[in-house]
Amino acid sequence: MASLQMAALLSAPSTPVTSDRVRLGPLRLSASSSSAARNGGALVVRSEAKVSGGGVSARGLSLITHAVAEKAAAASSADSKPGHELLLFEALREGLDEEMERDPTVCVMGEDVGHYGGSYKVTKGLATKYGDLRVLDTPIAENSFTGMGIGSAMTGLRPVVEGMNMGFLLLAYNQISNNCGMLHYTSGGQFKIPIVIRGPGGVGRQLGAEHSQRLESYFQSIPGLQMVACSTPYNAKGLMKAAIRSENPVVLFEHVLLYNLKERIPDEEYVLSLEEAEMVRPGEHVTILTYSRMRYHVMQAAKTLVNKGYDPEVIDIRSLKPFDLYTIGNSIKKTHRVLIVEECMRTGGIGASLRSAIIDNFWDYLDAPILCLSSQDVPTPYAGTLENWTVVQPEQIVAAVEQLCK
Amino acid sequence: MAAFSAVKIPPPQFTTVRSSSQRPGSSPAHFAHSPSAFNSISFGSAKSVRSRPLFAVSSDVVSSDKTKPASSSSSNPAVTREVALELYEDMVLGRAFEDMCAQMYYRGKMFGFVHLYNGQEAVSTGFIKLLNQSDKVVSTYRDHVHALSKGVPSREVMAELFGKATGCCRGQGGSMHMFSAAHNVLGGFAFIGEGIPVATGAAFSAKYHHEVLKQSKPEGLDVTLAFFGDGTCNNGQFFECLNMAQLWKLPIIFVVENNLWAIGMSHLRATSDPEIWKKGPAFGMPGVHVDGMDVLKVREVAQEAIARARRGEGPTLVECETYRFRGHSLADPDELRKPDEKAHYAARDPIIALKKYIIEHGLASESELKSIDKKIDDVVEDAVEFADSSPLPPRTQLLENVFADPKGFGIGPDGKYRCEDPLFTQGTAQV
Repeated sequence: MASLQMAALLSAPSTPVTSDRVRLGPLRLSASSSSAARNGGALVVRSEAKVSGGGVSARGLSLITHAVAEKAAAASSADSKPGHELLLFEALREGLDEEMERDPTVCVMGEDVGHYGGSYKVTKGLATKYGDLRVLDTPIAENSFTGMGIGSAMTGLRPVVEGMNMGFLLLAYNQISNNCGMLHYTSGGQFKIPIVIRGPGGVGRQLGAEHSQRLESYFQSIPGLQMVACSTPYNAKGLMKAAIRSENPVVLFEHVLLYNLKERIPDEEYVLSLEEAEMVRPGEHVTILTYSRMRYHVMQAAKTLVNKGYDPEVIDIRSLKPFDLYTIGNSIKKTHRVLIVEECMRTGGIGASLRSAIIDNFWDYLDAPILCLSSQDVPTPYAGTLENWTVVQPEQIVAAVEQLCK
Repeated sequence: MAAFSAVKIPPPQFTTVRSSSQRPGSSPAHFAHSPSAFNSISFGSAKSVRSRPLFAVSSDVVSSDKTKPASSSSSNPAVTREVALELYEDMVLGRAFEDMCAQMYYRGKMFGFVHLYNGQEAVSTGFIKLLNQSDKVVSTYRDHVHALSKGVPSREVMAELFGKATGCCRGQGGSMHMFSAAHNVLGGFAFIGEGIPVATGAAFSAKYHHEVLKQSKPEGLDVTLAFFGDGTCNNGQFFECLNMAQLWKLPIIFVVENNLWAIGMSHLRATSDPEIWKKGPAFGMPGVHVDGMDVLKVREVAQEAIARARRGEGPTLVECETYRFRGHSLADPDELRKPDEKAHYAARDPIIALKKYIIEHGLASESELKSIDKKIDDVVEDAVEFADSSPLPPRTQLLENVFADPKGFGIGPDGKYRCEDPLFTQGTAQV
């Protein structure tokens, strides 16, 4: 199906929030998408075309077209130039580079991010360009350098802290929970923590239990923290930029196996919305909610399902905390059946929270119980076969949809 | 007590020995105790640790003509009259405020864990009164007096303790989380050690502003002070930050308020090498030990350490020997500390010592000091009245400030951002 891109424009970065009042960043229009200058304008891609009465869009954004980003298809829009192809880790780097150029207070901290270029090459070349202080190679002290990031965020910088593997951030849990999430509140709004904590997580190829962790379930209860998960080069760059520009602390989950995905992305600057979900494939029969790597298992299963005559609607929720209940809700109101596919563990995972949020809000629209496919509650085994059975595979997704649609 | 009076604790003597130079191997011989000396925690014994003179060795500060202890009457006072009165007033404020906190707590005006600073005022005053407005202070849960010394109005601190909306953190922080953006007090942390990385970050930010953003000041880098106790010095975050601060020569001073006790755990029972200042040279930075009951000595050490940091020469570790006259918190029955130990330090009360110094050196008269006492009493009373008459936080405040950008509450089922929901501003929305 045709997939078009929708763009709404911001003319300038949102103004900083003053200390003791709740303020929403104003959204202002710029002239047209083609006039979006590198430094001033940016494209904000909204995933939902409908302009509802009380919605954010009513504040004056003119929505041009739908936003659907299919994973491999080039997003062709009448206005945009052909774009350029790159891999996901390069898209992350591009986003980071653009933000560092735009705002000199943006800095990177982490192990091997500087001279080594990052263990997954996300920060390659940045240290040469910006210097050793802006791309800081830290000693192996996660708790302390994450706390250092928080302290510098409180005093005017915008650090991007890299966990070499997301699992290492367990060592930084004290700082992330107590300080990152809470300081804005316990200080009565006096200090903001515009920090981005990012890194690769998820189950890779036989990396062993400790390098194959999914921390989104551990962090999701922390009040004051936002979590997003990227899955394509397009949304990786957009979410990276949005996370850096956000005044909130954001945890950006990347996946080890997705770094080499290739996609053509626009040449113009664009920033995605942190709180929004992405419609991957509209459909009628069942809503499949997923994120990160499982999106690809779902799309693989979708091919099989289409051949069998089903029409699944696939939504990449992207925002793990908070959920975009609007997009999700609209889908449920249409299909009345929900399947959640995630890589998190079953117990206390993102799927568990999503399930209860859906039950709370959309119970009347459901025609069947919500199915949730998650990883097994086991430490990820090393053996390839066992590892495959730990995570959700496309066959299970197909079977689940068939069961739902009986 | 007869047994105690026989033990004379000699006042720390200044020497010119450099215990804490940039050459890490050169610690002086007179600190080489054998570990067995620390086994006994009985304070009355002449062989115990504290009865040996602990020299206040300030690495570069002490010049050779300062061989007499500061308490001897000489005609050369170490500070001017203005400074002496400023220090006196600040310490009296700290003491009077904390005493009032205890009163208010027992009257049911404040709740939870309240940790009072009585006895340690010399450390806070000695260091913080040397700072500029843009320098940063990071503390622990024993933070009321650090906030007051840095300039946060007593009214705001008291109102915060009462949990009122006019408190410095709008009532949302409480005793252990004093923050002030206006006065650069970066907290207020309940877990020990977790403030140290934050302080290191603030120091990193100061260096970054100077080197990357080219926002330099004529006086030098903005300095960050990290205050914490002896118990924290066994925590990983302490060591990790000592390493990083020295590695990047950050403008930070690690101030250890060694009051010998971490709730009921004696420092000697918890630490393999109780001399904390020694841990500085292990990381390549100067480690200084100072008598934390003497505000003038603390100030002297602080001056040098702050000057070093401003010049970009890096961090300093300062161990202040001090004591808390009250228990760990108002809920602590304080049964483990021996009365003779308490009496010993009560005799070294920093406020009384400074008062004596001021009068002996003719810097001010007794009546002037009394009028300062009265003035502070009025300030504290006014703070209590202000806090009493302030309103409690309304329900509408509940969901504010969770996120700097409240869009972080997400998009609700109706397509609006949750923070736009009318119930949100009443505090009754379920988010």
